[in-house]
Parts: sequence; structure tokens; C-alpha cells
Amino acid sequence: MTDELVTIEVDGRELKAKPGTMLIDVTDAAGINIPRFCYHKKLSVSANCRMCLVEVEKVPKPLPACCTPVNEGMKVSTRSPMALGAQKGTMEFLLINHPLDCPICDQGGECELQDVAVGYGSDVSRYSEAKRVVPQRDIGPLIATDFTRCIHCTRCVRFGAEIAGVRELGATGRGEHMTIGTFVEKSVDSEMSGNVIDLCPVGSLTAKPSRYKARAWELTQHDSVAPHDSVGSNIHVHTRNNRVVRVHPKENESINEIWLSDRDRFSYEGLNSEDRLTQPMVRKNGEWQEVEWQEALEFAVKGLQSAAGSDGDQLATLVSANSTLEELYLAQKLTRGMDSGNIDHRLRQSDFRLDGNDSPVPGLGITIQGIESLDAALLVGSNVRKEQPIIAHRLRKAAKSGAKVSFINPLWIDLHFEADQFVSTPAVMVDNLASIAKAASAKLTGNLAKLVKAAEVSETAKSVAEQLKSANNGVIMLGNQAAAHPDYSLLVVLASAIAEATNTSLSYIPALSNSVGAALAGALPHRGPAASLVEKCGANAQMMQSKPRKAYLLMGAEPGFDFWDPSLINSALDQAECVVALTAYHSESLASCADVMLPIAGFAETSGTLVNAEGTWQSFNGLVKPQGDARPAWKVLRVLGNLLDIDGFDQNSSDDVLEELKSHAAETAIDNSVSTKTAGELNSSTEGLYRIGDVPMYASDALVRRASSLQRTNSAEPAAVRLSANQAKSSDVEEEETLVVVQDGNRAQLPLIIDPRVPDGAVWISSALPGTEKLGGQFGVVTLEKA
Amino acid sequence: MANEVCFRTLEYLKQPWELEEYKSRGGYEVLTHILKNKVGPSEVVETMKASGLRGRGGAGFPTGLKWSFISRNAPGQKYVVCNSDEGEPGTFKDRDILRYNPHQLIEGMVIAGYAIGATVGYNYIRGEFWEEYERFEAALEQARAAGFLGDNLLGSGFDFQLHSHLGGGAYVCGEETALLESIEGKKGQPRFKPPFPAHFGLYGRPTIINNTESLSSVPVILKEGGEWFKELGVENSGGSKLFSISGNINNPGVFEVPLGTPFSELFELVGGMKDGRKLKAVIPGGCSSPVIPGEQMMDLTMDYDAIQKAGSMLGSGAIVIIDDQQCMVKMLDRMSYFYHEESCGQCTPCREGTGWLWRVVNRIENGKGRQEDLDLLESVCGKIAGRTVCALGDAAAMPVRGMLKYFQEEFQYHIDHKRCMVGAGPTKGLG
Repeated sequence: MTDELVTIEVDGRELKAKPGTMLIDVTDAAGINIPRFCYHKKLSVSANCRMCLVEVEKVPKPLPACCTPVNEGMKVSTRSPMALGAQKGTMEFLLINHPLDCPICDQGGECELQDVAVGYGSDVSRYSEAKRVVPQRDIGPLIATDFTRCIHCTRCVRFGAEIAGVRELGATGRGEHMTIGTFVEKSVDSEMSGNVIDLCPVGSLTAKPSRYKARAWELTQHDSVAPHDSVGSNIHVHTRNNRVVRVHPKENESINEIWLSDRDRFSYEGLNSEDRLTQPMVRKNGEWQEVEWQEALEFAVKGLQSAAGSDGDQLATLVSANSTLEELYLAQKLTRGMDSGNIDHRLRQSDFRLDGNDSPVPGLGITIQGIESLDAALLVGSNVRKEQPIIAHRLRKAAKSGAKVSFINPLWIDLHFEADQFVSTPAVMVDNLASIAKAASAKLTGNLAKLVKAAEVSETAKSVAEQLKSANNGVIMLGNQAAAHPDYSLLVVLASAIAEATNTSLSYIPALSNSVGAALAGALPHRGPAASLVEKCGANAQMMQSKPRKAYLLMGAEPGFDFWDPSLINSALDQAECVVALTAYHSESLASCADVMLPIAGFAETSGTLVNAEGTWQSFNGLVKPQGDARPAWKVLRVLGNLLDIDGFDQNSSDDVLEELKSHAAETAIDNSVSTKTAGELNSSTEGLYRIGDVPMYASDALVRRASSLQRTNSAEPAAVRLSANQAKSSDVEEEETLVVVQDGNRAQLPLIIDPRVPDGAVWISSALPGTEKLGGQFGVVTLEKA
Repeated sequence: MANEVCFRTLEYLKQPWELEEYKSRGGYEVLTHILKNKVGPSEVVETMKASGLRGRGGAGFPTGLKWSFISRNAPGQKYVVCNSDEGEPGTFKDRDILRYNPHQLIEGMVIAGYAIGATVGYNYIRGEFWEEYERFEAALEQARAAGFLGDNLLGSGFDFQLHSHLGGGAYVCGEETALLESIEGKKGQPRFKPPFPAHFGLYGRPTIINNTESLSSVPVILKEGGEWFKELGVENSGGSKLFSISGNINNPGVFEVPLGTPFSELFELVGGMKDGRKLKAVIPGGCSSPVIPGEQMMDLTMDYDAIQKAGSMLGSGAIVIIDDQQCMVKMLDRMSYFYHEESCGQCTPCREGTGWLWRVVNRIENGKGRQEDLDLLESVCGKIAGRTVCALGDAAAMPVRGMLKYFQEEFQYHIDHKRCMVGAGPTKGLG
């Protein structure tokens, strides 16, 4: 193939194109419309719908534009009698068995078949026989099916095979009996499954949660940013009557392409949860009362002032990294304005020993799109497929084009691409990484040098080191379970040294939608805005809990579900004199320990900015009015600042806050440098049964925990104790038995499930699920007792 | 001049499917000669080209030319695939090759592999051909034991493994790319072409796929020479051909005669019409080929050009001879039902159109036809033909058009009188 362009003629227009490009891509680029159903730019060509037939000079039959490569001098007519005849013929065939009841179809008004029928359909049907009817199938709580409407384009089938990496839908049966389905009755469980709703050109696959909630033309479309993982997928939020009705992906090739994870698509349901806090509440004499804002704010201010008194160190601020940049900036400003350095967003971290030598602004360090061109990646402590589905999708593309991907994890994870997994108990994870460090001749000092020296270099370690060394474009990525690991500091330093030795880059996969933003905003005890080190270091999240303070300010976090160690935070809050919580939800977990609950705006209700994993700042507007009396958190913080008499709380809009932060941090980029070669002693141990507490996909934050449809999926499993068959045997427990888990004196009753994904010596008990909110840290020694 | 090629051993041997008997009539001599003397692969291909052999599965594409599309020296795996799916209604010739002359097919496939540099072959056998499959498997065992299959054949350094694959019973798997999909373990659905199998075939590798009869002809062509084979037939239709002849005749069966043989001679060969009835029509090349009225057929020769000129196709050589007691509406009803049932469902015109065609024909057959149905049939045919992924759509449309062209009055009679022009009255169609 040469780089030279060929010239073709379409409907009399001269077009230039690379030889071999499919005709439909050339005409699409030129704005010439050719109708199509099965063709989709992100999927393989299947050429089955025959809607894009066009006339090509010297060819006796019409050809499908989607699979006809262009060549020099080709003359194409898209509207000649032959072409139109063929297109109209196909349209007639598609309609003979398609129900013509658009008014009761959820796709009506945004249906590709309906649109194309306007141009190519006939006003009268010549088909007088009974139409085909296909029995309903239930494929889960997210996707509604109406296969009677199916036009067999197989986009959904190809999506499964090519994009989601799991073949959940297929076409069975021949001829007219061909139907889309799951073959054996089962649900569609991919974490990206909702995308088939967008791909389906007809009303065969529609969104179950928003089905029949509005007609397409009644909806107002707004641009926004998805509020869960650190990808920051671009979305369209569709609203009607001041309510979010549904969420669709917005195309952004450099971030989410055209895809959206199910969590980002369906979590909006949590906005309208009955749990929403719609009125400020204060606890008076142990009773919760709804009060007006003024009273609540004054109550909060008085509480904070009297508890913290003149000792700023008595104030502890713990914020969720799902808060906006503006909220995080004001929260740290308020905390520091009260002469406290105690602010942290790292609620799921327990090892802070690296603070000061840590990466100033930890993030991917490469672009999200750039992940596709990696040729080697080592992921440490990451279930990337469930935690950041879009990043996993990009990694999958890299793996499919030959990248070597390996994982060092405490659990076997289900992957949709080829990768090596080295699974062990948390303590052995450190050894495994040390073994790779040794194989890569990584330079370390002190304690870690000793650890590496003592490590045995396994064959697998050698091969991983070799893969990284020989890669032109390799990374070592630290995932969410690494961040929660009791020896996070060791993992980071080891990974950083391996990266240096193998000439690859160190990368972090931030957990939440604004984890990077939290670092930029200065929501850290040791770093202020723009990640500059502060003179007087405050207490980190762990210290704020283990050495209880008198006053706490919480934002967007629920004690039982958003912290590394629920028992620790609960006990700290119980001992406090005043706990002020900015929250969108009224939850048991907060009500039991807070003194004031200030209702804040949720996703889509406030303007703000999120900074994603690659460091892209993405601002959005408030799209619907906050529910009840809720207010955007930045406004609440501003008023609190005023009432506390702190300077610099005069912003009139979130834009003002953003401008202020930008004056510090606009130029601050992701910085993954680590300024040490050693770390402390190993915290995790191989003694006893070690808990692995991941954060399940649909439990990651307050919003998704209340998204009812997602909570009904198979992926939203209730809390359980999971053991390998071996471990169950040696622990003398049996499947389905109810066990009592004892961790740091805290007890929880949970059923036992035998799960081959758990390594021996470990017990998998997810955190953030009802039933685990009283347990200890995500990682740590537990004992099991019979109930 | 009959039984010169695929049936050459039949009349001499008691059990022609046994290796020793096949060898006694010169079996495997050509392969042995090629391997021992290291005959140039290009020479083999040239001979095939010179023979004028056209694909015997129905499409009639020149076999030698097909082989020449594959570069023997291109790196990577290549495949030889034999299409023994034989699903075209009226066709039953390949079955007889598998039954009576399986070794000649094996020999032909090894030579084909040698010619294009393929070391693996598959014979895809129609799902209903269980006995033939077993017999072919037995022949494979014998050939392997005798060193005609396996590694380093006859010490030549050439390896060739051959496997048979029993289909699942879908007509569409006779379409070459659907067949390849089926071998790969996928749902039997045609691929869009290009790319053709010569470039992207089995498992994405260069592949030649030929009909059973074509591949079985190879050893004889190479033994007797391309010219010899070509001379058997007529201009543009070299060689002889197996004809599966069925219908209302006295002596149905498979006959190997030179191409260009007058139909009238074949008619003699099958003993004429049964019960002295009158010849009404002939389907000359399998169910998919348009029907030709009897008297016109009597003047035609059986070769590609003559049948094409008469508006039909030689196809797979399946001749169905129809007497004057048969209702053409009923016959088309049955045929259209077949295509409706066998459409793979992949592409729109065939999935939706074949069902529509059958339903209209069926209602005419059952006395519920409307005047506009005849135009409707023609129109629906026009929207299927030439617009589908594979030829199944054309195959469904052609018989309808053929019937309407020559026997429209029978359809009109059905519409007007709610019963048959011939026979006893309305007959119930399938469905």
C-alpha cells in the first residue's frame, strides 16, 4: 500500500481517500449520507443489513458501501435508481416483520430505523401476513429487551466479542428464527453492558431503569462528567422536569471514546433515592431535628468552635475524593483557616509512611488513550476491569495488539484479555514485587535493599522484568488495592525503583473521580494547593482516626462505607464533641455519629470540576436543582467560612473558586516522582488468616450504593466470607455455613462462599457492603468462628 | 464415452472403495508419480488450467485458475477444503463418489495440497451423509496406513494431513465461506466477499475450496492430460460431468457423461417418462436453477453455455424431470419453503424475503392467492436477487422467476379457480 491518495467520484463529487478505505468511511467523512444499520465505526464490518447498497460504475449489482474498498477512478452513485431501489428494497424487508407501533416503543423518536424509514420507507405495506413475534427475555435489571423489534444487525453481538471482551449475547437460530439472546437463560453481566443500548439501532435493547420514563423529545441534553472512577468519562445527562432521567456517553475519543461503564450510566438512580437528605438536621439532646439552614449553620459553627477551641489540631477534616475541585479547595482552605493541618482525602489508605517523599500529584502519567500503545504493563493491586472499566478497555486493546500485561494481586481477577496473574496473600505481594525488583537490578537502599537482596528471583519475576526491560513503552501501575495495602509505601518505592531500572514509567490508577484533583486542591495534610509541601504537616487520615480529635468535618463520606477501617472511624467519631457532615444522603452510618447533617447537592446538581487520572480538568454545570433544601457543597463551605470569620471566602460562584485554585495549580501536572529508595518495615504478615477487603464496583461511593438497578445486578453481591476450598478445609468450615468474622475485636456474621479466586492463607471479605460496616481495616488478620 | 473420470473404476471393481481395489485400477499412481518425480507444482496447476475443468459444485468457476490464485511459496499454513456438503435439492452425485470412489477424492486432495503447498485438508461432508462419512473415514485410515496421507509422503518430504468433518445439516453450509465458518466451529453463515478464500480462507489462511467431483477429477486429468479431459467435452465446457437425474422417470440415478451430451440422449439413458406420461418441464441444474419447458429442453445440450443461453444454469448437474401431472405451484411452494427454512438469517433480503416469497406462493397454492401476488412475487424476487451476502438469495429468487416465466398460467389458474390446473384439486402445501 502506498500513502498516495486515490480519487473517487461519489454522486458527481470528487473525493480523495486512502486506497482500501471502505467507501462508507469516505462518504461519512465527506458528509454524504448513506443509510446503514449494521455498520458501526467502532465495530467490525459484518455487511449483513444491506441498507448501504450503492451503485458502483461497471459493477452489475449494487455493493454495500461498508465493505467496498475504494480504488482509483471508482464512480459511485448513492442515489441512482439502482442504489435507491436497493436501499428501499432493504427498508421494505426490514419493516415487514418490524412492529410499526413506534408510539409505544421506548426508542421512538430516537430510532435509527424510524429515521431511515422516513427517507426510504414506503407509505403502504405490501406485507399482509402476521408479523414475527419473539418471546420476551429477561437479561438482567439494566437492559430491557424486546426482540420482536430486532433487525438482526448484530451490533450487540459484535460489541460483546470485540469491545466488552465477553460474548454474552449471540444470534441463535436460522433464517427468520434467528434471535439475539444469551443462549442459555442468563443475564448480561459485563461492566460495560449498557453500551449495547446505544448501539442497538431499534427498540430491541433499551435502558430498563429509564424505560417509559420520558419520550426522547421531552428530554433536555446536558454535557457533564461521570462522577465515579478516575476516567472522567464524558456524558450526556438527559433531564426532564428537573430530574435526571438517564445518562448517555458523550463521544470523546481521548477519554471514553463512545463507551460508558454501567456504573457511570446507571448510578444517577441514586440521585432520586429516598435516602436523600433534603433538609438540614441537627441533633439536639440526642434527637435529630430538621431545622432551617441558618440554624444548622450556626449550630455547626458553634459546635466546631467550641470543640476545637483555640487548638486547631482538634479539628479533623475528612473528605471524599469524589467531591469537586472547588469543594476540596474550600474544605482545605477552611480547615487551614481554622489553623488545622488535618485534612485528607485518602480515606482508603492506611500506610502513610511515604508522605513527604510520596509522588506529589499521583496519576496515570500517560494519557488514557496512550494506554493503548503500551507494550508492557505490570499492575500491582488492581482489579482494573471492575474499578476503572474504560482503562481496562484501553489495556485490553493494548494486550490485543501484543502488549504483555501482568498483575500482582491478592485475588485472581476475571479479565477480558490475556495477562499473567501472580496472586498471593498481601505480604507475599511485597515479596513478589521485590523479586521483580531483584530480577530488574533495581537500585534500593536501607530496608528495601535488604528485602530485595533476600528475595528469591523466580522465573516469573525474571520474565516480567524482562518484558518491562524490553518494552519501548512500559508502565508499572499501582491500583486501588495497592493504595489500601498495609505496605503501600513499600509497594510504591519498589515499583518506582523497578520503573527506573527497566526504563518504564511509574503510574497510579487513582480510585475516585477527583483523586487527582484532591491532590491539586491541597486536600492533604502534608501538601497544600498545587501539591506544595506545607511547613507544618497536619495529621493524615489514619492519625485523625487513631488519635481522635474533638471536632470532625466530613464531606461526601459515610463512616461505615468509605473508610479503610470502619471500626476505627466510628470509634473516633463517637468520641468527638462535634461532628459536622456535609452529605447528600441521610444514612444510618452518619446519623449514629454526627451532630449536624448539612444536605449538599449530588451529582448533576452542582457545578464544578473534576480532574481525571491523566490530569485533564473537566468542568460541568449544575443541571437540575438540588433536591429539597440541599445546596452545593462549595456554597455551604463558603458560608461556613464566613461564619467562622475566615478570610478569603467571598466567592460568588464555583467559577470564582476555580479561578482562585487555578492561580495556584493551573500549571501543576501529574508528578509521579518518588524521592526515596527505601521504606519502613513490613506491616502485613503471613501469620494467621489475612483479610483482603476490596471495594466492590457498585459499592464505591454513596451515589452508586443507592442506584437501585445496579444493586440488583449479579455484580452487586452481598457481603460474604470467601475462602479457597483448601483454606476452608484447613479452617474446618463449609460452604454456605454462616461464620462470625472477628477483626480487632469487631464481629460480623457473614455466609461462607468457596471461591477459587482467593489464595490460601487469605480470606476475601469485601468492604463497603452492608454487614461489613463494623469490621476493621480492609487488610488485616481476622479469625473465623462458627456462628 | 461414459464413466471416464469419477466413475472410471466402478464397472471393473466389486468394492471400488477399498484401497487395494482402487490401486488395481491405477489408483494413487498419479500421486506416486508426482511425489517420486517431484513434478513441479506449477506444472500440475497448468495441467488443471488446460483441462478446462469448471467447478462442479454449481458455480462453474475454472478450477485451475482458482488454484493459481494461491502462491505456493507464500509463508504460513494453507488449506485444501473439499465441499461434500451436497445440499442442493436434486443433487446426489457427490454421495456416490464418497460411497464408491473415496480414494480418488483423497488422491485428488493430496495432489491439490501439493500443488498449492498446503499440508492440511478437510473434507466437509453433509450432515445427513453418515454412512458416506464412515466410508470416507475408513478410506482415510487405509490411505494413512499406506503412506498416502501423513508426514513425508512416499519419502518425498511432502506432508499432508486430511480430516473429514461432518456438517450439522444446514444447506447454507454448502456455501464455501459458511462451510469454512462451520469447520472453524462457528455458526454456519457466509462471509462477505472479497476477500475470497484464496486470500482469507480457513482460519484466515489461504485456502482452496473445491467440490468433491472437481477434486475427484484431478487424478484422471493429470493421468490423461488436460487436453484429453478438455476434449471429452465441448467448447467452454471441458470434460465429463456427473448428472444426478431424478423425477418422474423410469431409471433415476447418477450418470457420468461428457459435457455437451444432448439432453435427449440423457433422457434415453434414464428410460424416459414413467407410466408413459408427457414430459412437461425440466429443472436442469438443481433446485436453484430456473425451470425449462420440456420441449425446449429436448433441443438443448448439457453444457454450461447451452443451458445458460436457455435462461437457466447447469449448476450442480441435478436434473429434475417433471411430468404433466405435477402442479408447478405446489412444486414451487415446496421449493420456496426450502429456501425460507434454510436461509441463515444473516442478511436482510434473504432472511425476510425468502419467508415472504414462500408465504405468497403458499397462499396461491392454498387457493388464497390474489391477482397482485404475481407482480408481488416478481418484485420481491427483484429485491432479493443480487443484494445478499451469498448466493442463497439468488437461489431462492431464480426458481420463482423461472416458474412465473414459463408456467404463469398455472399460478393464474390457482388464483382464479382456487384449485390446480392439473391433478385433482387444491392440495395442501407444507407449512
